[in-house]
Amino acid sequence: MSLLPILDVVLASLVIGVAIFTISARELFASVVGYVAYGLLLAFVWIRLYAPDVALTEAAVGSGVTGVLLITAGKRLGALKNAAPEAQPGFAFKLLTAVLAALVASALGAVILMLPDPPPSLAPEAAAAADGAGAGLGNPITAVLMSYRSLDTMLEKIVLILAVVGVWSVGADKAWGKAPAPLRQQKPYAPMVFLAQMLAPVGALIAIHIFWTGANAPGGAFQGGALLAAMWMVTMMARLADPPRIDSQWLRLALVAGPAVFLISGLAGAVVAGAFFAYPPSLAKPIILFIEAFMVLSIAAALPMLVAGPPSERPD
Amino acid sequence: MTPSVLAGLTGAALVGFGLYGLILHPHPLRKLLAFNLMGSGVFLVFGIVARRGAVAGSRFDPVPQAMVITGIVVAFAASAIAVALILRLSAESSHVTLDPEVWTKPNDGTTK
Amino acid sequence: MITLLDLFSIAAISAGTFFFFAGTVGLLRFPDSLTRLHALTKADNLGLGLVALGLIPRADGALSALKLIVIWVLVLLSGGSTSQLIGRALRRGRK
Repeated sequence: MSLLPILDVVLASLVIGVAIFTISARELFASVVGYVAYGLLLAFVWIRLYAPDVALTEAAVGSGVTGVLLITAGKRLGALKNAAPEAQPGFAFKLLTAVLAALVASALGAVILMLPDPPPSLAPEAAAAADGAGAGLGNPITAVLMSYRSLDTMLEKIVLILAVVGVWSVGADKAWGKAPAPLRQQKPYAPMVFLAQMLAPVGALIAIHIFWTGANAPGGAFQGGALLAAMWMVTMMARLADPPRIDSQWLRLALVAGPAVFLISGLAGAVVAGAFFAYPPSLAKPIILFIEAFMVLSIAAALPMLVAGPPSERPD
Repeated sequence: MTPSVLAGLTGAALVGFGLYGLILHPHPLRKLLAFNLMGSGVFLVFGIVARRGAVAGSRFDPVPQAMVITGIVVAFAASAIAVALILRLSAESSHVTLDPEVWTKPNDGTTK
Repeated sequence: MITLLDLFSIAAISAGTFFFFAGTVGLLRFPDSLTRLHALTKADNLGLGLVALGLIPRADGALSALKLIVIWVLVLLSGGSTSQLIGRALRRGRK
């Protein structure tokens, strides 16, 4: 059946069309909506590239949570007074930029057309390393994330914490320790409250399922954590909960739990199994799931805090 | 043209569009959007490298895909910091722009 | 050899695709946002429901079929709520 090439061409042109709309839309809101739609289309492309885990992450984090971040930012920016009118650049400058962009794109395209054949692959090495360490999971990406490249994943969790600290430190000095501004200013509105009350429990269950089944099937800690974060954000948007104060103990514990457990496991591995981040082979799978559970908690705490923004002293 | 090559060329085109939008748009949030577009184009190129790394037994090479997953989350974290900085800058300078010549006009002394 | 179940799947998915097509035409051609919202809900509820119905015979087991139905119910829930929110925003005169 050869309908798939047509599907690929249609998908590619759709993606490029929506990307052009995102760049050339007049208003910020239209542009952000275009970006969210673009992210969902990109998830399709990832499925065609046999990458369901990446498709899940792109749909959840790349398009979903980033869309919420940008829309909230646009609203807060629009609420500021004195937004200066933007000066549009001249035609010559636009032409020059277009030429530059075309050059960069063609260079990248030439690289893609000249990729080495037969293609090199790290798959056998990663599989051998994971199997040798007893972490031969059904999902090779989880094995790579948690065993072959566990240091990278732990450092990435620390980057998330640094981002939260960075966002918090942008707030005014007087506001340190207070809570960020609520995600919506209005009083609770019944359909939104209904959505949050119905969606949040189901979404949390699905998130935990995606995390748990990520050991053997597409899924994993990042996707599950992003879903849990989205459920918390829906609850905050319905005003059923408000962003917590940034000096609350439980929030800081939740944020730090993931990287801390990861680091402690790595150091313990140095003592128990002989190398930094080596797991004892018979216990590798339970340890990986244990670490991933705390990673889910940290991601679910960090992403909404990144969207909520710096603490503000608004008396709300 | 295999799906991988098509997706890779799409990624290259997206990097071009993103670069165009990043340089041209005066509004900081639009620049951030274009930057995210560039980032997703780069991730697509990673994706085709992963797909081409298929060996006997698996349909893809998991290492680049793991890097893309990590990259998507880190790109979101960077966008969040950028948004926080843009919002604070706009609140302090009362102008929504990254053009330094607009900021140097004297402020009224009202701070947030 | 096309079995009866395959025929049912093809019929249901084609009907669902027709509703998606109709919804898209409505989105592009209707005059204002409220009518476009009305067109989109047809695509959401009927279109996705028929596609999910057509995919149920092809699912791997009862659990996968149940997941398909749960997906449809979740889309119904979020589609309905967001339509209410968009409708309220439109009535108040925002975009």
